[in-house]
Amino acid sequence: MKDLTFATLIAVWEEMFGQGVFWALVALAALITGLYLYVLIRDRAMSMRKFLWAQLSMPVGAIGAVWFVLAVTSSQLSDMGGPIDWLVLGGIAAVGAVGFAILVYVVQSLVRGPRDG
Amino acid sequence: MARPLTLNASRRAFLGLAAGGAALAASGRGARAERLRTSARIVILGAGAGGTAMANRLANRLEGATITVVDARQQHWYQPGFTLIAAGLKPAGYAVSPTAGWLPRGVEWVPEHAAGLDPVAQTVTTTGGRVLAYDYLIVATGLTLDWDAIEGFSLDLVGRDGVSAHYAGPEYAELSWRELDRFTDRGGVGLFGRPATEMKCAGAPLKITFLAEDIARRKGNRDRVQLTYNAQNQTLFGVPIVHHRVRQLFDERGIAVRHDHVLKAIDPQRREATYATPEGDVTTAYDFINVIPPQRAPQVIRDSGLSWGDRWLDQGWIEVDRQTLRHLRYPNIFGLGDIAGVPKGKTAASVKWHQPVVEDHLVSELAGREGTATFNGYTSCPMITRIGRAMLIEFDYNDNLTPSFPGIIAPLEELWISWLMKEVALKPTYNAMLRGLA
Repeated sequence: MKDLTFATLIAVWEEMFGQGVFWALVALAALITGLYLYVLIRDRAMSMRKFLWAQLSMPVGAIGAVWFVLAVTSSQLSDMGGPIDWLVLGGIAAVGAVGFAILVYVVQSLVRGPRDG
Repeated sequence: MARPLTLNASRRAFLGLAAGGAALAASGRGARAERLRTSARIVILGAGAGGTAMANRLANRLEGATITVVDARQQHWYQPGFTLIAAGLKPAGYAVSPTAGWLPRGVEWVPEHAAGLDPVAQTVTTTGGRVLAYDYLIVATGLTLDWDAIEGFSLDLVGRDGVSAHYAGPEYAELSWRELDRFTDRGGVGLFGRPATEMKCAGAPLKITFLAEDIARRKGNRDRVQLTYNAQNQTLFGVPIVHHRVRQLFDERGIAVRHDHVLKAIDPQRREATYATPEGDVTTAYDFINVIPPQRAPQVIRDSGLSWGDRWLDQGWIEVDRQTLRHLRYPNIFGLGDIAGVPKGKTAASVKWHQPVVEDHLVSELAGREGTATFNGYTSCPMITRIGRAMLIEFDYNDNLTPSFPGIIAPLEELWISWLMKEVALKPTYNAMLRGLA
């Protein structure tokens, strides 16, 4: 990879997951983000109650994401060898936490409707 | 997010990524140079990493060229995966895919071996008797493993009586794992080492030694195995700073080292290995042995007169310019990958950096210009030091370390992120390279 371009990055991800799965994941992420925007616009407010539940669920998403990555890479926590490892692991946990929180918020909003706020 | 970091990018490219996605998006596929019209006949010998990537690149760049790929192998092997298979982390199928699936439309694949090559007449003759005339020839045959050079060894020994040989192919790598698994269950003496010739992935013999130690430790059997690495000369790795680091780690892990020991024979019945040393032959009993044989250019290449005449006489690597990879006596021939007679880098990582250079010089010449790209000897070795950790070692012709992520991923530190690169990111990057995209 002499030059890391956006197209190269896409090519690598397509190879990593397989073309179908990669674009399905992209579509899923786009769908959830879209639904999140939809419920925000529909409700015209953030529901603090739903947001609280979303926040409380963040550790689940963080731990889930870390567990998933360690499992698919034959690794364990004791393999963390330097600061960059902990930063990457923290990044994975953060993405898992935020992604899961958005999912929990969206699901609550769709199931319970705009009230409960 | 881990993924952007798991790419083997140049620093400039990485900083570019950090600076802004929009600019990067603009430099994507759409920015590819316009296709050049030509009627050139280009023959590529070999459909391994180099030949396949080159076929895709040239098919993208050229319009009207006759591109012919010669290779009898129906299976493409992802060779960087062999170590993972030999450590029981992946099945044999992980490294296998159909050759046909990687070759682009518009390129003719001749599924035969080359039987003759005449650089003066500019023809290649195949084992099926076809004569292919060429204007440009890209030699990407890879190398041959000279198993016969190890007296008493044959490939049917692999997978029993403590014999392993993961270089031989994916199935042999899996058989090698079964022997390593048994050995680390039962304990005993394990012998590792490398040949005295140039070899592909000079880090691999060290990796499998580290992995054997780690696997025995995980099973709680470390005190029952005795591991010895037999180096072919006074070093463990060609780059001095890496040699010292590996020596230190071997020391910490209790892995013994014998220098100037080159495997010459095994006696599978008695389980004894004989090494040539400056003081004469030394015979050592083993319970497990990993055999990596001498490596040479294929005979058809050695017979063609393309090899160096004053170096590597017993190996036959072809005489190319170390910067442009163009043959020094036949300027319409390029050497790509393991076959190239350059001082470093018989690795897929080097192939990745070879092919844009060959592409540039070939396409530029067809366009009436002179190519400018050069190869600096870059190669990369994700040196696995245990399951879950590796050192991302990158270097050039001058033994300089050339880290892709300086200040972020330390090359001589055992890191999880470097393991991620080997375990997760390398294969997709490799596959993208085969398609001519990386």
